[in-house]
Amino acid sequence: MTTAQLKQTPLASAHTQLGARMVDFAGWFMPVQYRSIVTEHNAVRTKVGIFDVSHMGEFWIQGSGATEFLQQMVANDVTRLTAPNTALYTQMCNDEGGTVDDLIVYRLDSGYMLVVNASNIEKDWKWLSSHATRSTNVKMTNISDQTALLALQGPAAVNLLASLAGDHIKDIPSFHYGDGLIDGIKAAWGRTGYTGEDGFEIFVDIDKVEALWNTLLEKGQPAGIEPCGLGARDTLRLEATLPLYGHELDDTTGPLEAGLGWSVKLDKGDFIGSTVLRNQKENGLPKQMVCLRTDGRALPRQGYSVYNGDTKIGTVTSGSQGIFVGYPIACAFVPPEFAKVGTKLAVEIRESKVAAEVVKRPFYKRP
Amino acid sequence: MADTAGKTLLYPEDLKYVKSHEYIRVEGDSVVIGVTSFAADQLGDVTYVELPKVGANFKKEDKFGVIESVKSVSDLYMPVSGLVTAVNDRLSSEPELVNLDCYTEGWMIKVTLANPSELEAALSAEQYKQLASE
Repeated sequence: MTTAQLKQTPLASAHTQLGARMVDFAGWFMPVQYRSIVTEHNAVRTKVGIFDVSHMGEFWIQGSGATEFLQQMVANDVTRLTAPNTALYTQMCNDEGGTVDDLIVYRLDSGYMLVVNASNIEKDWKWLSSHATRSTNVKMTNISDQTALLALQGPAAVNLLASLAGDHIKDIPSFHYGDGLIDGIKAAWGRTGYTGEDGFEIFVDIDKVEALWNTLLEKGQPAGIEPCGLGARDTLRLEATLPLYGHELDDTTGPLEAGLGWSVKLDKGDFIGSTVLRNQKENGLPKQMVCLRTDGRALPRQGYSVYNGDTKIGTVTSGSQGIFVGYPIACAFVPPEFAKVGTKLAVEIRESKVAAEVVKRPFYKRP
Repeated sequence: MADTAGKTLLYPEDLKYVKSHEYIRVEGDSVVIGVTSFAADQLGDVTYVELPKVGANFKKEDKFGVIESVKSVSDLYMPVSGLVTAVNDRLSSEPELVNLDCYTEGWMIKVTLANPSELEAALSAEQYKQLASE
C-alpha cells in the first residue's frame, strides 16, 4: 500500500510539519514518533502529552431498543450508566467467548456512543449491524469520518484543559464526560485515556481539530507538553497494562483470559459469549495473561516463546522496555497454573532463555 | 533513560561507510566500527547492544552483533573482515550512547584488518549520504 492510499486524519500535515515519522497503522497514515519515544513517554508520565487518535471509530447507537441491544452485544452492564455523562470500558464478545473488539460506551442524552479501535471499525460495524437486524428500534450511525479525537494525558493535563475550558472540568470524575468550549472551540471531553495517567480524551469536529491541536500545543508549552505518537502510546499502555486489541485480546481470546474480569458482568443476564465466559469462570481458564519482568537488557517482544524449564508454555503478546519503570516488560499468555505472582519462567530471546518473573499487574500505577 | 531527541544526522568526511549502515574509522591497520547516525535515528531509542568478545574472527558481511531499540531489533554486519581486538563495554550499561554520539563514545568494536583492500569498496561520506537520503 502506498502513502497515497492510506487514510489520513485531519492532522496529517500538522504531524509532518512537526517532524513526525509517519507509518501505516491499520491502513492509516499516523505518527509513530515526533522526537523520541522515550522523550514522549516520560513527558506523559511527568508532564503532559497530546496524541492524535482521530483514527479511532465512533458509532451512535440510538432508538428505544438501544439499551437492550447493547446489553446483548457487550460484556459490561450498560444499565449501570444511569447518571448522565457517564461511560464504561467493555468488550464485544463473539459466540465462542473470544473478543470482537474492546471499546468505551458513552451514555448520551439519547442513546449511546461507542468508541472502537481503528483497526476494527469495519468489522465492528458489520458485527453490530448483523445483530441489530434482530432487534427493533435500534438506529446505528457511523460518525467516525466526522469526528476527530485528541488525547491529553499526564499529571499536567487537567490543569491545562481547565485553563482553557474552565475550572469546573477538574470535578469531572473518571469515566465521566462533559462538553463546552475549549478556548472557543466546541468539543466534548471524557476523563479517560490509554496511558495510565490522568487526563482527557477530547472529541471535536474534524474541521476544528487542527485549531484545537495548535491551541493545546501552544498553551501547553509552559507545562512542557510534547506531541506524542503511536510508539509512546503503545509503551505507555503496556506499562499501565492496558490491553491492545490484536495482542492481549483477539477473536480467540476473551476478556477473562486477559484479566479484565472486573469489566465482565456475568450476573447481568445472557449476552453474546456469556455461556462460554461463565463456563470459563466456573471450570477454569484455558489460558491466562501474565505480566512478566525479564532480566538483562534484551527486550521480550511479541511472538517470543515463554518457557517453564525446557517446556514451552506460552507466547509473549506485547513486550518492550518499561521506559518509566526502567526494566524490560511483557504481557504473555500461559496456562493458569503458571500465572501466580512470583512464578519463575523464561522468555526465549534470540536462542537464549532469559529469566522472567510473573509480577503484579499493572507494571506502573500512577502515584 | 536519557533523552536522545533532536540529534542531527551527520556523516563525517574522514570515515568510510557501507550500505548496511555501519561506519569504518581507519586507524593504521585497524578499524573502529559502529553504526551511522542515520541508522541510530531510524532505530530510535537504543536499549541494548549485543557485541562479540575480543578475539572473535569475522568475515566481511558476517553478523557480529545485535542492536535493539524500543521499536525494533536489527543485526549488525561486519563492513570488513578481521579479528576483534577491543569492544566498547560501556554500551552494555549505556546503550543510549549510540543515539547520543554514535561516532565517538558510541563506537562498537575495533578490528585488525584481514584484508585492507576491502576498504576500497566502502562508500565515501558523500556517497553514503546520498544512499541514506534515498
